[in-house]
Amino acid sequence: MPLFDPYTTAILIVAVIAGVMGVCAYLTLGERKISAWMQDRIGPNRVGPGGLLQPIVDGGKFFLKEEVIPDHVDKVFYVIAPAVALSTALLALAVVPVGATTPVPDPVAVTSPGAVDTFYQHQADYQSQLNFIIAPGLDIGILYIFALGSLAVYGVILAGWSANNKYSLLGALRSSAQIVSYEIPLGLSVLGVFLIVGSLNPEKIIAWQTANGWFIVFMPLGFLLFLTSSYAECSRLPFDLPEAEQELVGGYHTEYSSLKLGLMLLTEYVHLVTASFIISVLFLGGWSFFGLEAMIENPVAAAVVKLLVLCGKMLSLCIFAQFIRWTIPRFRFDQLMNLAWKVMIPLTLLNFLAVMVLLQFQMPLFILTFINIVLFLGAGLFGVWFRGSMSNPKRRVVKLPPGLPPGVTFAGR
Amino acid sequence: MEKLTHGATMPIPESEVTWVEEAKLGLWEQLYVPALVAGLKTTLSHMFKPKITEQYPEQEPKLPANYRGVHRLNRDEAGRVKCVACYMCATACPAHCIDIVAAPAPPEWQKDGREKYPETFVIDELRCIYCGMCEEACPVDAIELTTLYDLTGLSREQMIFDKEKLLSVFDVTTQAGTDPIRTRSGPLGPASEPPPM
Repeated sequence: MPLFDPYTTAILIVAVIAGVMGVCAYLTLGERKISAWMQDRIGPNRVGPGGLLQPIVDGGKFFLKEEVIPDHVDKVFYVIAPAVALSTALLALAVVPVGATTPVPDPVAVTSPGAVDTFYQHQADYQSQLNFIIAPGLDIGILYIFALGSLAVYGVILAGWSANNKYSLLGALRSSAQIVSYEIPLGLSVLGVFLIVGSLNPEKIIAWQTANGWFIVFMPLGFLLFLTSSYAECSRLPFDLPEAEQELVGGYHTEYSSLKLGLMLLTEYVHLVTASFIISVLFLGGWSFFGLEAMIENPVAAAVVKLLVLCGKMLSLCIFAQFIRWTIPRFRFDQLMNLAWKVMIPLTLLNFLAVMVLLQFQMPLFILTFINIVLFLGAGLFGVWFRGSMSNPKRRVVKLPPGLPPGVTFAGR
Repeated sequence: MEKLTHGATMPIPESEVTWVEEAKLGLWEQLYVPALVAGLKTTLSHMFKPKITEQYPEQEPKLPANYRGVHRLNRDEAGRVKCVACYMCATACPAHCIDIVAAPAPPEWQKDGREKYPETFVIDELRCIYCGMCEEACPVDAIELTTLYDLTGLSREQMIFDKEKLLSVFDVTTQAGTDPIRTRSGPLGPASEPPPM
């Protein structure tokens, strides 16, 4: 694949966006079906065979609904907000590998006369490979995704603020506090990955994992923390405080209707898909699958297999997120903040420290697995030792001293 | 801080309140993940359990015999309306949806001891709250609630059921076998019997 070819890039952009939209549409159906099955129901089954056409009908409904713009909103920001939310979510897809990738060849040090030829040979090899990534060879890679992930909160804040409604504003405030808090463990938990690989480039991270083994083996705790904070970033259910229906009506999209609401809901699924792709790339070895992809000689077949493996990993993570969503109840807001600041950030820092020490003294990586397990169990023991009072402070229960006559309230502390 | 005396205004005396400490979490619970796995085990096992959904329009629900749906006016063995126009259902009705006009019973009915019968018997099904108190008040078990639940109409007038309509509900439900006659008294019920000594 050449370094930049407008046609290939355009085709890739169309394919990726169409694919992600399709996946998002069917994730809504999956969400309803999975919740139904878990609650001993059947779920949508009227539109199409087994309800398979339901997402199309739902999407059509968003088009046909009346578009209400209330009088009290700030119209400019109200209209911009869904576009901001969706475009930041879609922009993050630019550096997400969706299939086979090849890392850009490293520079060749000129030590012998043939160095220039070697360089051109590497470049030619690289350009002959298929690269299923919209912007290949971007060295800031994952950093770009994190940057756009933080930008995504602007869509939410604009929506909540411009709606001029206390529920929307509360939802937006919660969302910003949550995303700011969980951005830290999200970034810290993968710093170890970047240190070990020595690059932020997703292609290089996949290539390293293909050669040395997946990062979930070396950093199980890092994987757990990253998974948790990415759910918080996507506002998935254990952390869906920004749109807690029972408390905030609809949260930041209370005042939206019609296609604008559709865009807002779509944004969350795009975030989930992006996050699942990133988790697959960073911790689950991207397109590698126990050497299966290396056994296939035909380059086209290999590319298809790699595409299927990576998309399969992404889909499994999305479905796992939905299992989690219908299993765990929502956190209280103070519990949410305590989890981020008092549990996850110290753990990610310790994990990062362990990686640094390991790299400095050039110790084998399996020690990191051991350290991760020790950290995990240690955090549990710490919680037992302090009876959870550090991470989740409880109210003091004042017991009534015996012998008080009835009707007398004990006011002692 | 001084002791506060609330006396009678206190909803629950403090001495009757039992304070319960939160359960202490051990290492297993503090790790969160085992609890999460246990939760996932529950939810995932439910995914493969038999479903309880009723496919409504195709599959009719099985309603209990004491379901309170549309009313009917029962007929006696001779096919006459059983109602003796005593107004007890109309009096008991909290929604005032029953309107009865009583008339002297025809001479051949009077041979069986019937003095009155309802000339008209109208129930406004839209006002009715389906509480079943008419059924309980009726001394001769003439009015009963059936398991017909899908009552619809195109206008308010259609939903005002007169005597013929209520009797036809009786014919339909007894022929369909969904609502057997639940009469427990004699031909005229306890109202026609002499008061107990």
